[in-house]
Amino acid sequence: MTPRRPPVGERFRRFRDRLRAASGNIRAPSDDARTAPGTARPPSDDARTASGRRGVPPPEAGRRRGRGGEELTVPPAEFSSYYGRPILKPPVWTWEIAAYLFTGGLAAGSSLLAAGAQLTGRPALRRAGRLTALAGVTASGVLLVKDLGRPERFHHMLRVAKLTSPMSVGTWILAAYGPAAGLAAVAEAAPLLPERGPLGVARRMLPPVGRAAGLAAAGIAPALGTYTAVLLSDTAVPSWHAAYPDLPLVFAGSALASGAGMGLIAVPPAQAGPARRLAVAGAGLELFGAHRVQTRLGLVAEPYRVGHAGRLLAAGRALTVVGAVGALLGARSRVVSAASGAALLAASVATRFGVFHAGVASARDPRYTVLPQRERLQRRADEQDR
Amino acid sequence: MVDPESRSGSPVAFDPAAAAGWVDAPPRMGFFTDTSVCIGCKACEVACKEWNGVPASGLDLLGMSYDNTGALTANSWRHVAFVEQPRPSGDDSAAPAGAGSTEFLGMPGAAPPGRTGSAHGRSDFRWLMMSDVCKHCTRAGCLDVCPTGALFRTEFGTVVVQEDICNGCGYCVSACPYGVIDRRADDGRAWKCTLCYDRIGAGMTPACAQACPTESIQYGPLDELRDRAAARVATLHERGVPEARLYGHDPSDGVGGDGAFFLLLDEPEVYGLPPDPQVPTGDLPQMWRRAGLAALAMAAGAVAAFLGGRR
Ligand code: SF4
Ligand code: SF4
Repeated sequence: MTPRRPPVGERFRRFRDRLRAASGNIRAPSDDARTAPGTARPPSDDARTASGRRGVPPPEAGRRRGRGGEELTVPPAEFSSYYGRPILKPPVWTWEIAAYLFTGGLAAGSSLLAAGAQLTGRPALRRAGRLTALAGVTASGVLLVKDLGRPERFHHMLRVAKLTSPMSVGTWILAAYGPAAGLAAVAEAAPLLPERGPLGVARRMLPPVGRAAGLAAAGIAPALGTYTAVLLSDTAVPSWHAAYPDLPLVFAGSALASGAGMGLIAVPPAQAGPARRLAVAGAGLELFGAHRVQTRLGLVAEPYRVGHAGRLLAAGRALTVVGAVGALLGARSRVVSAASGAALLAASVATRFGVFHAGVASARDPRYTVLPQRERLQRRADEQDR
Repeated sequence: MVDPESRSGSPVAFDPAAAAGWVDAPPRMGFFTDTSVCIGCKACEVACKEWNGVPASGLDLLGMSYDNTGALTANSWRHVAFVEQPRPSGDDSAAPAGAGSTEFLGMPGAAPPGRTGSAHGRSDFRWLMMSDVCKHCTRAGCLDVCPTGALFRTEFGTVVVQEDICNGCGYCVSACPYGVIDRRADDGRAWKCTLCYDRIGAGMTPACAQACPTESIQYGPLDELRDRAAARVATLHERGVPEARLYGHDPSDGVGGDGAFFLLLDEPEVYGLPPDPQVPTGDLPQMWRRAGLAALAMAAGAVAAFLGGRR
């Protein structure tokens, strides 16, 4: 219902089609031609929508398409719904939020990498990390403001600080992290300044300021990299909410892996040792978390395995493995290292968009709202009987 | 629907207005919507739009009985649901409890069913109607997650959006376990029922309750409404309507009870309501704990990456 309704004629035509299907009339050929491409709905589907009744999961053809051969852990169950309509409102967030999950994580991972490089005397890695962090956090800010319904009111976020609102917490995390990451990155420009005059003072002042700012940014980075999981979980969206124990692991791992990926691309293999190890650690965390999300949630894990989201997450998993293996084996080759870094970055993007879309899919289908709640009621009733 | 003993929830007499910091708050006000007397006239939908100046939702045919509104949206703060069932009211023999369903029986005729003057031509038909609205939850997900403070708890215990504060972040939309609050596409802000904050502040009845010709929508102090509702269910059970049940009345349910609750004649999901809604922030402490652990893992990973090798 929410955003833009299709034109009146469209709905009316669908209504008429359903009536025809329900009363068993033969459809006009032109109607068939219109519904046929792409959708290929079997007649049973029409009957289902027409009666508005069963929550039988989409008919076989639909399910086979996106399953990727995996077994459903929960047998399809029947339930009633109001004309098959979603109970929840699907998130109004668009791709910007999914993209922000990536850019925020990238910034967090890069800041950690930069701080480590700073403390162990690896200037090239430090520079790459700091600059990536600034780019990531800048993109994050732009994306977040752009997704608002009223972008010009973004500063209303700063009116309050609420622990019950992960978005409010995130606002303050970003407000603390952004300037620190920015200062650290600006400090990298010190060698470009002239040695004399007022700018000469800046040239001497910047490196210590940058060091402090870099450490501050790294201190906040783990919060920036993981709070986004709570941001998604603290909703009524079934698949996001149920995933709250493991989603932070996925996001933490994805943040480390993407930061490391950037490091692998930016510095010569000889100096990329820590990035290599960080890539493996991040990939491990991400794969572990994603595996748990995809297998331990019963019915609401399904959106993470099927359809668009399932494909994205499978791609993310494959790219993560490729990137981590490449990072380990390609220690000699600049090309292999950079390619593994790119794979890790792509993996992080795919994983974030996959998690995002899985949630949206779970909110769109009343099955994922009703069945788990029914189960919960049943469990509670059983407990009482005992 | 849920036994109070089974939950460690909020205390029964929890007053959300007092918890939000109101001193000397008036009694908590709410709606009791008795769907057993709803006639589906949609006077509530119209009155709400008129009084609150809600924009038109567009002309549309949905093929869902007489329901062409579809759902509660930013532009529909009351929504009358129409459920057609092949089962006469009160006859439970055909379908076991809990097997309720929505059945589309084709285009409704112009004349009411059974106008033939005899039993001949009558169908085994039950028509459920229900006027849905924001539940004004005791523990409101929308309110908890709003990062701007645009959503607030009024002195009447209701939940209202301040349109001059909302920046359209959309968080409340995903946090409502009932799918009520919604962002208006052309305006960017979130909108929903205010329980006519302006009217009740002046001692008047909300527009929908005022317009309802059958008193299906009843407005009043929540305690009083709960008593009235319990009595109504008892009466219906006595008269042979065993499927009558209350929804959202229980202060120990997952949202701490609704400020707007319902008498239903079938399972909640038949009307498009969640059977066991939970406020998402109920698990928030565990969520922060898990995020904290993951953050530690992240930091540990970074430390290990730098200490774990020579190069
Ligand atoms: S029903 Fe939804 S919008 Fe209404 S108060 Fe509860 S959480 Fe908020
Ligand atoms: S959309 Fe508006 S009312 Fe809803 S959470 Fe965001 S700021 Fe609050």
